[in-house]
Amino acid sequence: MSRILIVARNTFREAVRDRVLYNLVFFALLMIASAVIVGQISMDIETVVMVSLGLSAISLIGLLIAVFTGVGLVSKEIDKRTLHAVLAKPLHRWEFLLGKFSGLVLTLTVNTAAMAAGLFLAMLFVTHSIARGDLAVLVAVYFILLKLALVVALAMLFSCFTSPLLAILFTGGLYVAGLFVAQLRSLETTQLNAPTQRFLSVLSYLLPNFGNYDVMGAAAHGRAVPASLVLHNTLYTFLYCAIVLSAAAVIFSRKDLK
Amino acid sequence: MTAPAIETQNLTKEYPHGFLHLKRKTSLEDLTMQVQDGEVFGFLGPNGAGKSTTIKLLMGIIFPTAGSARILGRPVNDVTMHRDIGYLPEQPYFYDYLTAAEVLDYFARFHGFSATERKERVHKMLKKVGLETAGKIQLRKYSKGMLQRVGLAQAILHDPKLVILDEPMSGLDPVGRREVRDIILELKNAGKTILFSTHILSDAEMLCDRVGVIAGGKLRGVGAPGSIVGVKSLAMEIVFELAGGGPLAERICAKAARSGASFRMSVDEAELYATMEELRGAAAKVISVTQIKPTLEDFFLELVGTDRAQAAAIEVSGK
Repeated sequence: MSRILIVARNTFREAVRDRVLYNLVFFALLMIASAVIVGQISMDIETVVMVSLGLSAISLIGLLIAVFTGVGLVSKEIDKRTLHAVLAKPLHRWEFLLGKFSGLVLTLTVNTAAMAAGLFLAMLFVTHSIARGDLAVLVAVYFILLKLALVVALAMLFSCFTSPLLAILFTGGLYVAGLFVAQLRSLETTQLNAPTQRFLSVLSYLLPNFGNYDVMGAAAHGRAVPASLVLHNTLYTFLYCAIVLSAAAVIFSRKDLK
Repeated sequence: MTAPAIETQNLTKEYPHGFLHLKRKTSLEDLTMQVQDGEVFGFLGPNGAGKSTTIKLLMGIIFPTAGSARILGRPVNDVTMHRDIGYLPEQPYFYDYLTAAEVLDYFARFHGFSATERKERVHKMLKKVGLETAGKIQLRKYSKGMLQRVGLAQAILHDPKLVILDEPMSGLDPVGRREVRDIILELKNAGKTILFSTHILSDAEMLCDRVGVIAGGKLRGVGAPGSIVGVKSLAMEIVFELAGGGPLAERICAKAARSGASFRMSVDEAELYATMEELRGAAAKVISVTQIKPTLEDFFLELVGTDRAQAAAIEVSGK
């Protein structure tokens, strides 16, 4: 466990020292500032517009970091051969992988938390109070974070067996496909032949269900998010990440490095 | 009886290549060798001979197609033995956003040292490799030679029993090479086992108890640097000075090469005494008589000599 933490700590340190990350945080603050401006010119829907824009910005920036940094977590180490000296230490490859994952998830947590804090400050600036309904925004931020963790795991899996460019495309493609899982499941009832229905049914359960994480509408309108959904999404993320990271560890453990 | 520090048995590595990866290219073929506990073993070969492939297989960076390898009596896939191994990769590259002190501290953490112990070891290592004043500079500002020093420092930071160095002199200036040689000798005197690869033959002759020569992925010979080349003498070299003249002296001078006031002449071992008689007759002053033995370089070039391109890659520094 401690060795995983050593790698995680260094991954976090790398991200903190990476100026791109600072630019993205700056971008997030800029987006939130824009939300405030848009909120001020909207009639009575300031909070709705601001929360929607703020959460969208948090999600989009987080996704960009998760995909691009996630893919580079392992591939960059292989390309630059920094991994050679690291793997010569008493460290299993799966520990390294898990450490890198944890480090980036920690980075995303800090990053998302900072952006969420910015959003709440902006909301406070506009409405001069925080209502109980605004707690839904916190849940939405939590869901974004869960979603990002899953995206990082997928990006790491793909980067273990393909080029960084393909890994980005696969992760992005799977993310988009995962947004439409609910629609895919509803296709079962239409006039499709049995094998196609079965295939789509299996596919809809294999694909990561990213649609489940979207509670932006509820958060913007101050509607409470059911506790069961919070529990479901939490367990789903942990389980899916465990499966994806296990697959990545199996592939990575057998991979010849350059 | 203690197990060899390193033992390989028919170690083979093939890589798929071609459009559909259907063809196989052999980088290392049936390598069977042993490195004994406490010895300095030089792994020699031209570029692309299979030296780094062997070391990567030993360190678990790549996996063998066939055969097996054991380090300190344990299979190479057992990473717990890495506690007792120090490894310097070829052309090492580290996290360039860290300083040298931070990189060493990072690596020291994997060995479970306390904060105080880490600080002490990092300071000691930076001093040992001559980076004491550059320890707080980010590695992105380091030269190739400085990175090589960091690599060496991280390899011996945890006082390992076995040190594996892949081209440790690469990228170093003469002063740096001398310092690395001194560190290797220091490790040797401390009883460590050292395996290092190089294509700089003078380093191997100077440092190694035994060498293994590899070319084309195959081990071509193993032995002490003196014995591996064979004991057969090629010739005797006589250095002398001539004070007087005369026909005998002229005849001798015709066979010798002049260098300042002295002459240098190579003769077959069988002709040595006859030549010495001639020199005495010509009143020559003999400075030295030296047996010319084939060098490791001769042996090395003979092995790879069929391929001029390979031979061109050999760096025979100081020769």
